[in-house]
Amino acid sequence: MSASLRRVAAIMVKEVLQIVRDPSSILIGVILPIFLTLLSGFSTNLDIDHVSIGLVLEDSSPEARDLAASFTATKYFSVRVAHDRRVFAKDMISGKVRGLVVIPQTFSRDLAQAGASVPFQVIADGSEPNTAQFLQNYAQGVWLSWMQVRAEGKGEQFAQPVRLIPRTWYNQELVSLNSLLPGGMAINLTLIGALLTALVVAREWERGTMEAMLATPVGPLEMLAGKLAPYFLLGMGAMLICLGITLVVFGVPFRGSILALLAVSAVFMVSALGLGLFISSVARNQFVAAQAAILAAFLPAYFLSGYVFEPSGMPWPIELLSRIIAARYYVSCLKTLFLVGDAWALLLPNMGGMALIALVLLGLTLKNTARTVA
Amino acid sequence: MNAGPGGLPTGSPASAKPAPAQPEPAAVAPGLVAPTAQAASAPAAPAQSMSQDSTHAAQAQSAPVQPAPVQAASAQAASAPAAPAQSVSQDSTHAAQAQPAPAQAGSSQPDPGQPGPGLSSSGQPGPALSGPGQPEPAAIITASGLVLRYGKAGPPALDGISASIRPGRITGLVGPDGAGKTSLMRLLAGLMDAQEGSLSVLGLNPATHSRELHGRIGYMPQKFGLYEDLTVAENLRLYSEVRGLPAAERAATFERLLGFTGLAPFTTRLAGRLSGGMKQKLGLACAMIKRPELLLLDEPSVGVDPISRRELWRMVRALADEGIGVVWSTSYLDEAEGCDEVLLLSAGKLLFSGRPKELTSRVQGRVLQVRGLSGHEGGSRRAVLRRALSLPGVIDGVIQGRHVRLVLGAGAPPPDLAAMRAGDEAVLTPVAPRFEDAFLDILGGGPGGVSALAQGMQSKPESGHNMVEARGLTKRFGEFTAASDITFSIRQGEIFGLLGPNGAGKSTTFKMMCGLLKPTGGQALVDSLVLGKGKGAARARLGYMAQKFSLYGTLSVRQNLDFFSGVYGLAGAARSRAVEGMIEIFGLGPLLSASADELPLGFKQRLALACAVMHEPAVLFLDEPTSGVDPITRREFWTHINGMVERGVTVMVTTHFMDEAEYCDRIALVYRGRVIAMGSPDDLKEGVARPELPDPSLEDAFIALVERDDEQRAEKERAQAGAAKSVAAA
Repeated sequence: MSASLRRVAAIMVKEVLQIVRDPSSILIGVILPIFLTLLSGFSTNLDIDHVSIGLVLEDSSPEARDLAASFTATKYFSVRVAHDRRVFAKDMISGKVRGLVVIPQTFSRDLAQAGASVPFQVIADGSEPNTAQFLQNYAQGVWLSWMQVRAEGKGEQFAQPVRLIPRTWYNQELVSLNSLLPGGMAINLTLIGALLTALVVAREWERGTMEAMLATPVGPLEMLAGKLAPYFLLGMGAMLICLGITLVVFGVPFRGSILALLAVSAVFMVSALGLGLFISSVARNQFVAAQAAILAAFLPAYFLSGYVFEPSGMPWPIELLSRIIAARYYVSCLKTLFLVGDAWALLLPNMGGMALIALVLLGLTLKNTARTVA
Repeated sequence: MNAGPGGLPTGSPASAKPAPAQPEPAAVAPGLVAPTAQAASAPAAPAQSMSQDSTHAAQAQSAPVQPAPVQAASAQAASAPAAPAQSVSQDSTHAAQAQPAPAQAGSSQPDPGQPGPGLSSSGQPGPALSGPGQPEPAAIITASGLVLRYGKAGPPALDGISASIRPGRITGLVGPDGAGKTSLMRLLAGLMDAQEGSLSVLGLNPATHSRELHGRIGYMPQKFGLYEDLTVAENLRLYSEVRGLPAAERAATFERLLGFTGLAPFTTRLAGRLSGGMKQKLGLACAMIKRPELLLLDEPSVGVDPISRRELWRMVRALADEGIGVVWSTSYLDEAEGCDEVLLLSAGKLLFSGRPKELTSRVQGRVLQVRGLSGHEGGSRRAVLRRALSLPGVIDGVIQGRHVRLVLGAGAPPPDLAAMRAGDEAVLTPVAPRFEDAFLDILGGGPGGVSALAQGMQSKPESGHNMVEARGLTKRFGEFTAASDITFSIRQGEIFGLLGPNGAGKSTTFKMMCGLLKPTGGQALVDSLVLGKGKGAARARLGYMAQKFSLYGTLSVRQNLDFFSGVYGLAGAARSRAVEGMIEIFGLGPLLSASADELPLGFKQRLALACAVMHEPAVLFLDEPTSGVDPITRREFWTHINGMVERGVTVMVTTHFMDEAEYCDRIALVYRGRVIAMGSPDDLKEGVARPELPDPSLEDAFIALVERDDEQRAEKERAQAGAAKSVAAA
């Protein structure tokens, strides 16, 4: 074994001993992925059910009550019924109900007349645009299906002018979790990777151990390699934890191969650890490094990675900026692997992007670590 | 700052300058043309002369390697022309000076024909000092004109340093905090590059060949550079791997180093759990894994108790004797005397380079003790010092137990005892000069003895009771007892010192006394009020200066003063008067808008003291008030403290500076959470006097008392074990 490899190995052994003894590494590498994945799985759900609405039943005809029953029956709404809309005025303001469905006095009369327009009113709380939109669409849906059932009951043909038959690929159920959780995994691993290295290298500067090490024949490249290897393994472990929870707890489908996932994640992990190393080579103080890691890793990854917001829809300067965020490439890879499969034509360019970012970050770190103690 | 008598002419161009001005090395030079005859007189019979002076036994101890007979003989030969100098001094000067080790005694005696100036007028380091027939070893470090700046503004951290360092010697890099010691160390270790000048270390340029250099040096940074979460053995293994120690040599090397450092029983202990002294020994062992040609030790004795410090010196001395070049940086001026050569740094400039004796010889015959003050109350020493410092010709003075130590300007006549009102029994006794005396002399003398701070204060009325009391103070953290049954009381107008090794319970006790830590048992009283009760009534009588800089770093000097005056409840005219007073007394005027973080260390400490005393507290608690500051600022501090005490203020101080402990009226020595000895500095010293050590220093007393306590503890444990055994047998 050459002297250089021996030094790298010695530093790796040292890091492993420290990881085993230091609760904070275990916290970041094991507890944090569990916590973050569960948190993002349970909190970030764009599908809505049990929306509280008020149903104002001004008409008490059997038809009106039948329609009201269809609203009550669906799991998407949680319905309170009253006969006067003023009852819900306060609840609308306080947000206890997200909207009103009013079946007016004229309902049964309008219904009897052929060709009349939709004879009921939907009032939605626009302060939650997502929910308001949903309420309007679903109310419409409930109405249409009620009409159809009613027509069939009468033995009539319910005439619809145009019939739309939607087909959604890759996420047929349109469960938003299926596309959000793989993206969330990228965000969480960005944070974990950056924190892992940002803290441990900053700690070495803070405690003076870095200075002592740099005064030995250990070169910055050896120091970096020795540090990167154990934390790489810890980071990949965190990735597998995230994957396990995503698949088992949240039942997100995975259509790619584990091999492809490992390859993509490995490249990404080097860039995330590289970001942490870079931060700590600048900050050299654990407190500042932790703050910087959260700011520099988490926030850009959240906004610019395409996790929630598609970069293609952003103004071009922002879109350009998103290209230096490794998480953007990883989000794209993960979504593909989970929902589509091993689409190498998409994975390879993304891996190239991440590798480039990793190289730049490690290069900068090397430059900052080389013989600059003060 | 008061220029005081420090500004009086002393005959040398440097010392004629007012105190704060840093003299240029060139200006210093004439004063440094040392009467080397004296320096060479080293091996004068140590034992008999030691009996007359108390101050040097410590120094004699700090370099325990006795000169070998052959070397002593050669040194004596060199000292032959110096015979008259020996008779000049009657005391123990030479016992101490004889010590600095064989390497030096043998090889660095000056040629008697050529009195070598320590520093030539060009600022170059001293000329090669070669003994007769002994060629000077080639320098392993040569620096010339090194300039290092951090950032563009401000004075450089290193300003034109030229020096050469030779193998087989301990070269002390000496100076107060902020002098540039660590910067220079890092340049030597190839961890930073200088902007100007040239440097060669082991024949390499550290700027371009740092990797190669790192393979040949051992470096111990100022902060403990080892991994605290690895064990002793794991740290050694790591360093043996990164330094490429052949696996076959590992076992033997570890055994040798562990034996050398006494760490063999602790190989499985985490480095973070070691004591300060053991940590430094482990650091030394790791730096020594593959025998380096050069050992760079940055403040290795900080945070190390006196016992471990001596052991550390012994080890490093042994390494130097093997021919390794050692650079040892320190802010403790007494350590400089144990070095073979010193580089004295101050504010980035090299003030002196050469053998420490050359420096101390410049004040030879000018250092006196006023003795025979013992009949007086404690307060009178302080008054005598104050009056002495205002006499012409006295450039520096400190209190040493019951005596007052004075340094005279060059050519000044002995001071008038009557003018000091020292009493009828007082006598002037010449004593051996110390490194610090000479340093003060270079800097132009200390500040005056009159404290403007104290003068502006109202005298505290006689309280008639003890101002501070600790009654059975006990603090337990879980299983660990940090302080156990600490009891003492401090009279009004008394300076009381808490002394002890790190981790002994000194700080715990101090925090309980301040009301910052709630005792598990017992009571802390200030002015008969229990701390922690009565809504801070006791705390209002307290001024507290923390060890670490505890002001608001981002606030300006004025904002800090305003803030603290408000905190202490000053308002209106009294508040602005107090703030203005502090600004004037501590010379903060030009710095008012600077943020506290930007201040030089000395001014930070001044500001901290100002904030602690603004409300004229009756009791002042000072936690290591002058750690690391330059000797002039330290004297200024003690002038203020002495002045306030004369006004009836009561002072409690923690310190690990033995010099500072000498100022105290009484000392409590804290060890393993208990007070193991209490008394005046002289009581403690006399208590440990033995025939072979008739006149111990305070450091000797400290060590002897701690060792005695260890022995008693061991005996007790043996007795208990024996008793347990006999019970079991029965």
